[in-house]
Amino acid sequence: MAHSGINLIFEGQNLPRLLGGLWITIRVALIAIIAGGVLGIFLGVLRTFKNRFLRFILRLYLEFFRIVPTVVLLFLFYYILPKSMNLNLPAAEVATLVFTLWMAAEASDIVRGALISVPQHQVDSGLAIGLNRSQLYYYVLIPQSLKLMLPAMMNLISRIIKTTSLLLLISVLDVINVGQQIIEANQKQYPQGAFWVYGVIFVLYFLICYPFSLLAKKLQKD
Amino acid sequence: MTELLRVEHLNKAYGEVPVLQDISFTVNTGEVQVVLGPSGSGKSTLIRCLNGLEPYQSGTIYFQGQKVDPTPKNWQLLRQKIGMVFQSYDLFPNLNIMDNITLGPIKVQKQSKATAQKEALRLLDTVGLADYTAKFPRELSGGQKQRIAIVRALALHPDFMLFDEVTASLDPEMVRGVLEIMANLAKQKMTMIVVTHEMNFAQQIADNVLFLDDGHILESTPGKDFFTNPQTDRAKEFLQSMDF
Ligand SMILES: Nc1ncnc2c1ncn2[C@@H]1O[C@H](COP(=O)(O)OP(=O)(O)OP(=O)(O)O)[C@@H](O)[C@H]1O
Ligand SMILES: [Mg+2]
Repeated sequence: MAHSGINLIFEGQNLPRLLGGLWITIRVALIAIIAGGVLGIFLGVLRTFKNRFLRFILRLYLEFFRIVPTVVLLFLFYYILPKSMNLNLPAAEVATLVFTLWMAAEASDIVRGALISVPQHQVDSGLAIGLNRSQLYYYVLIPQSLKLMLPAMMNLISRIIKTTSLLLLISVLDVINVGQQIIEANQKQYPQGAFWVYGVIFVLYFLICYPFSLLAKKLQKD
Repeated sequence: MTELLRVEHLNKAYGEVPVLQDISFTVNTGEVQVVLGPSGSGKSTLIRCLNGLEPYQSGTIYFQGQKVDPTPKNWQLLRQKIGMVFQSYDLFPNLNIMDNITLGPIKVQKQSKATAQKEALRLLDTVGLADYTAKFPRELSGGQKQRIAIVRALALHPDFMLFDEVTASLDPEMVRGVLEIMANLAKQKMTMIVVTHEMNFAQQIADNVLFLDDGHILESTPGKDFFTNPQTDRAKEFLQSMDF
């Protein structure tokens, strides 16, 4: 047990570094979830409007973010866009942007689905008391659809958090990135270091995502 | 008698299928117009056209002598003057009873919260539900919800009311309370257009009956005559089929 890799975690600055990396990923995820969520509600509302052109454009946007793998999106935004547009964003910002746009795209679909499943009666009785369209959405349709969209939103949020582990690919200092560095620096001393480092990362992600999936399940029931 | 509502040559189709054809009639202030007719004859469609919930292809609606320009904006303004109650209990489940009733007065008519709540309480009292302000729709029976829905429409002080089979989904023992409220409104000279399958009630409150069949007005007959002496065979058959 003298060479057990677990010691690696607690050696020197390793644990704070792992947690620091985790914090950066969480910050990316947090901003993406909040900003993307708000943008997603807005876009979801627009997608319930009759305007064909608007609906087509927003649909295109959704499908783009849904079809293109997140890794490719990250590369695209980090390596290709800056070169062709001559602008250089720090890695964490690029990641935040990509995840926000992704969150907004997926959220808009959830919001739209929930909004159109509010019964037509509710629309009629809202209009019948003289509400205008934005009042109808604000006081009647959006509050009623929140409950309907919560389970799917929770799933989306937990997917977003999980996927932030990809950030290592565009060299954002994230948990896995730090993990990699720790493993490499200690390969001689702790041959099983990789197991423990990835193990800890797994546990950290699990601790963050599990409450969300529990909550999602509970919400689906009632 | 002053004319409140006049409909001239209204035509409405869903796609290619005509649902209302050449509908013309007038409603005077304080009058109760009852709309009768078999299922699918277009009664709901007609009264939904009267507050702009359904667009129509041609024809003109005059409201208080003014031609209605049927734009969404105009209808939105007019709906404050036209109360409507539907068959389904259509309260907003996300709001409590008080907020259900005061949403329109506060947000649409910009009344102060205090004024709106005071009026809501007064109206709730008239339907015997003054203790229910803090409850949510799911805690109420169908009959109670429907009474609240009537109060919600009345809270805007509309010039006339549209009722579309408001007792049709209620348990039998709930029906009477709702009909009583409507009869009281009629007594207070509220102008109303009422679609109903309750024939006794219809006979009791109708100043005039519009009998609709297959999208046409087959007859427009004073209430005191329609039930005893309908002019058309279709109306006779209809009354017989309703066991009247
Ligand atoms: N949204 C719609 N799209 C297509 N057709 C419709 C629609 N709503 C109603 N219709 C048709 O229009 C006709 C009139 O329907 P409407 O609901 O006005 O009848 P009604 O007299 O109210 O019937 P009921 O007594 O059953 O309520 C029916 O043939 C119906 O099938
Ligand atoms: Mg109907």
